[in-house]
Amino acid sequence: MNDRLEIEVPADINRKRTAPFVPKIEVERLNFYYGPTQVLHDVSLRVPEKQVTALIGPSGCGKSTFLRTLNRMYETVPKSRAEGNIRLDGEDLLQMDVTALRRRVGMVFQRSNPFPKSIFDNVAFGPRLSGNTGKAALQDTVERSLRRAAIWDEVKDQLHNSAYALSGGQQQRLCIARALAVDPEVLLLDEPCSALDPIATAKIEELLFTLRPQCTVVIVTHNMQQAARVAEYTGFFLLGRLVEFGRTEALFKAPEKKETEDYITGRFG
Amino acid sequence: MRHFDEELQDLQRRLLEMGGMVESAIRRAVSALANRDERDAQEVLRGEARINQLEIEIDDFAIRLLALHQPMARDLRFLTAAIKINNDLERMGDLAVNIVERAMSLMAHPPVKPLIDIPHMGRLVDSMVRTSLDAFVRRDGELARGVLLSDDAVDNLRDRIYVELVQFMHQDPAVISPALDLIFVARNLERIADHATNIAEDVLFLVQAVDVRHNAETKR
Repeated sequence: MNDRLEIEVPADINRKRTAPFVPKIEVERLNFYYGPTQVLHDVSLRVPEKQVTALIGPSGCGKSTFLRTLNRMYETVPKSRAEGNIRLDGEDLLQMDVTALRRRVGMVFQRSNPFPKSIFDNVAFGPRLSGNTGKAALQDTVERSLRRAAIWDEVKDQLHNSAYALSGGQQQRLCIARALAVDPEVLLLDEPCSALDPIATAKIEELLFTLRPQCTVVIVTHNMQQAARVAEYTGFFLLGRLVEFGRTEALFKAPEKKETEDYITGRFG
Repeated sequence: MRHFDEELQDLQRRLLEMGGMVESAIRRAVSALANRDERDAQEVLRGEARINQLEIEIDDFAIRLLALHQPMARDLRFLTAAIKINNDLERMGDLAVNIVERAMSLMAHPPVKPLIDIPHMGRLVDSMVRTSLDAFVRRDGELARGVLLSDDAVDNLRDRIYVELVQFMHQDPAVISPALDLIFVARNLERIADHATNIAEDVLFLVQAVDVRHNAETKR
């Protein structure tokens, strides 16, 4: 009868999601160039550990380039270079062994890019490269990763079928499972939902909530409502500069900078 | 201009139409009381239905804009402020009707005393309502803060009126009924001032993103 009395009420409903800010990645005065073209100007930003950080901004503002500096994915582009400091847990990220770095900082792209292999082999790919080849351990890792990516129930009976047989949303979650299989400390997502329908998008957003206690997430998105829904912190990029960075709710309710206000209210340009 | 901006302007226009009707209802209610003017009283009663209808229209419109445009930042603050101001205006309209009902009951009795403080209170409240709506139109935080400061004066007047009328009732039990009517009028005016204060607080949130309610000024 007194069910309502059983409900635990937080002291302040607005404070329940506030976690302490412990920087996982610290970026200081980062300048980035593709050949002679400078695309990032003096970007300084601290990414909080085990929280979700969203990066928003118009096309060409540098947010994806910035994301790619966090695991040095840009190094595949000839004549690109980064100047400044990036530290991962205090360690110089730009000087680290790149394979070790990418094991710690995984990435998922806008278009899902499963390998032309079975679902199982896609997820097992990273662990195998890392020398984890025992059959039982591999099976265990594959199942755990698929569960973390919220796709296990949908694929558990077809693990040895081609990954290409999956839907777009499933392929994207498979790619997340593949990234999670090496237990990265940081997961970078570059517009992971831009090609997905609202149901698949909701699944990925839900997945970000469940990953939070274990993993630091940085997500680039064009969808501001998505940033508002999933991220504790949001950064707004414009013309290669970080205009504003702060708690998501503050940024979307009352941004400090006029450029941010104009962009998020659609008055940009 | 963006289509969305036009819709926001439409919403503001509609809200101001309602604000104008409510201001007029308050003025007429006080006039009905002070001048024993039954025509003013009837006007207020006739206008109530339109105010109620506007409240529903404005709510529907604001909720539609929230759902379809998912506004952010100042647009979000504008829409939430509009919804709250709408609610405050409708309550003010109800309170003006309450005053008119008391005024009509008072018309059946000889005057208890010459009315001085209540018309004075009426002018003060009227000015708070008008200033809060001006602050909204002009997005003027300083104007809104001025409204917050007036609220204490209205509270003091209400207390003074109360003490004076209780004295009258002690002296002559025959005036208890009309004196009680006047006490309720003062109370209704004081509550109208509270709603004007709410509007001023919403304007401050809209303009400066600060919450000044209940003396808790924080940036939100």
